[in-house]
Amino acid sequence: MRAKLRKELPLHLMLLPGLVMIILFSYVPMAGVMIAFQKFIPAKGLFGDQKWVGLDNFEYVMNLPSFTQVLWNTLFISSLKLILGLIIPLVFAILLNELASNVIKRSVQTAIYLPYFLSWVVLGGILIDILSPSGGIVNEFLGWFGVSKIFFLGDNDWFPFTLIASDVWKNFGYGTIVYLAAITGIDPGLYEAATIDGANRWHKTWHITIPGIRMVIVLLSVLSLGQLLNAGFDQVFNLYSPQVYESGDILDTFVYRIGLLDAQYGVATAVGFFKSIISLTLISSSYFLAYRFAKYRIF
Amino acid sequence: MRPKKRFDGIAVLNATVLILVSLLCILPLIHIIAVSFSSSAAASAGYVRLWPVDFTFASYMYTMSRTEFWQSMLVSLTRIGIGTPLNLLLTILVAYPLSKESHALRFRSVYAWAFFVTMLFNGGLIPWYTTLKEYGLLDSIWALVLPGAVPVFSVVLLLNFFREIPKELEEAALIDGAGHFRTVWSIFVPISKPALATLALFSMVEHWNSWFDGLLLMGNPANYPLQSYIQTIVIQQNLSNMSRDAMLDLALISDRTLKSSQIFLGSLPIILAYPFLQKYFVKGIVLGSVKG
Repeated sequence: MRAKLRKELPLHLMLLPGLVMIILFSYVPMAGVMIAFQKFIPAKGLFGDQKWVGLDNFEYVMNLPSFTQVLWNTLFISSLKLILGLIIPLVFAILLNELASNVIKRSVQTAIYLPYFLSWVVLGGILIDILSPSGGIVNEFLGWFGVSKIFFLGDNDWFPFTLIASDVWKNFGYGTIVYLAAITGIDPGLYEAATIDGANRWHKTWHITIPGIRMVIVLLSVLSLGQLLNAGFDQVFNLYSPQVYESGDILDTFVYRIGLLDAQYGVATAVGFFKSIISLTLISSSYFLAYRFAKYRIF
Repeated sequence: MRPKKRFDGIAVLNATVLILVSLLCILPLIHIIAVSFSSSAAASAGYVRLWPVDFTFASYMYTMSRTEFWQSMLVSLTRIGIGTPLNLLLTILVAYPLSKESHALRFRSVYAWAFFVTMLFNGGLIPWYTTLKEYGLLDSIWALVLPGAVPVFSVVLLLNFFREIPKELEEAALIDGAGHFRTVWSIFVPISKPALATLALFSMVEHWNSWFDGLLLMGNPANYPLQSYIQTIVIQQNLSNMSRDAMLDLALISDRTLKSSQIFLGSLPIILAYPFLQKYFVKGIVLGSVKG
């Protein structure tokens, strides 16, 4: 028994630094959610003698008319992002797989992955410039077709769709990699057999490619469900402005503004806590479903 | 005899669509680069499309003459210099014990869950910020590297990679008298070089691209990493911390060329590293998304 423990000891020691780090930087902040139940005064400190107010902060938020709007914006923006973020890469992977020329194939891949690696600061800067109604190249281009100027980032009718489209633009390369890898794994013999049986391109796509990657489609859909309340803080923060708060303010940006700009720590933490609880439920269920239907195990 | 190849309309259409979409992904970046190298007048008048008009380095000269630019560049490089090795070290140290079977490591599942839970739940922005403030980390480089020191997702990837390593190698090392630390360093790490290279790239890109923590946790703009600095100039258009002389210089270059040059400089390392990135990331992404 002793000897076994001595043999194991180095393993426990190895885990120690990592454990200390997650305790300090993940678990202590988790304990910090108690701020949601306090009238928090920062000067007294996180574990100081704060005044407890029960569910007051939650009640206050629920009664804000803007909260319902923010919740709706979050769900609307993120669900459209999720759906398009699943379908568009799938279509692209299938189209790419049909390409005969390897040179074009590789060039297309190189081009479509690029935006994924750039930060939202960089992409935000680019979008603000090219989408500007005064001198932006996109409006100039639309002008050639007689389309009148559109203020993509300043108009509440356009803003959410600009967010969704630009998110797809940044991320579809990533999804395409995953689907393409899955398609590569399909047995080429199936296609040959189908060709001999007289199947055309559509038959093969519909009856071999899509069923062949069904598991990956299920897995990606299920796992993305856990992200339903994450409508994209980095993106929204870099693209929005007061005139589009109505259509573009999401839970995360709302927390940032009421918490750190208006210094309503308790209220902002309550919103964050609400979001974390629902996200936890969604992520746990999505992992459970992924295990159930696609035998996905994280470790 | 092979049948004569017929003109395949659908294939041509497909290639055309794909090429158009590819252009859609890179043309905006090319446009910004063209603007950044154009003269102030041409850029403001909107003459620039995909090629610089009246080629000039003026906006780059200006950006690079700013001490703030170099300060923040230094912060970013320091961040990568400390953050990436730290990420890798902790990933290895956590992944190795967790890759063992439960009978070889007591409380293995307790440990595994302890790390996993941090991916599922977090306290949210305010408790996170308050905690870091209490630790006295604000305005310090440690605020940028310590909170994310254990990248749990990388741990998951690496521990699955470790499990694929044949048990015999490890047993042979143990018989030769090597302890666990020795085994990790002399056997697991060298074998895992491709996986570790992928994780190192993940970590470097993450550190380079991060901007929000810098903005939030650094009170003094001198401590901003480059992306946070660019965020304040390009997105918030905060030019208020400029001196009078700087304002006068600025008259010679337009706001637009200046921002474009900063956008380009902010993405330059990624673009330069892109050929390597792409190769490794494709592996990493595929490994991380569809394993099992």
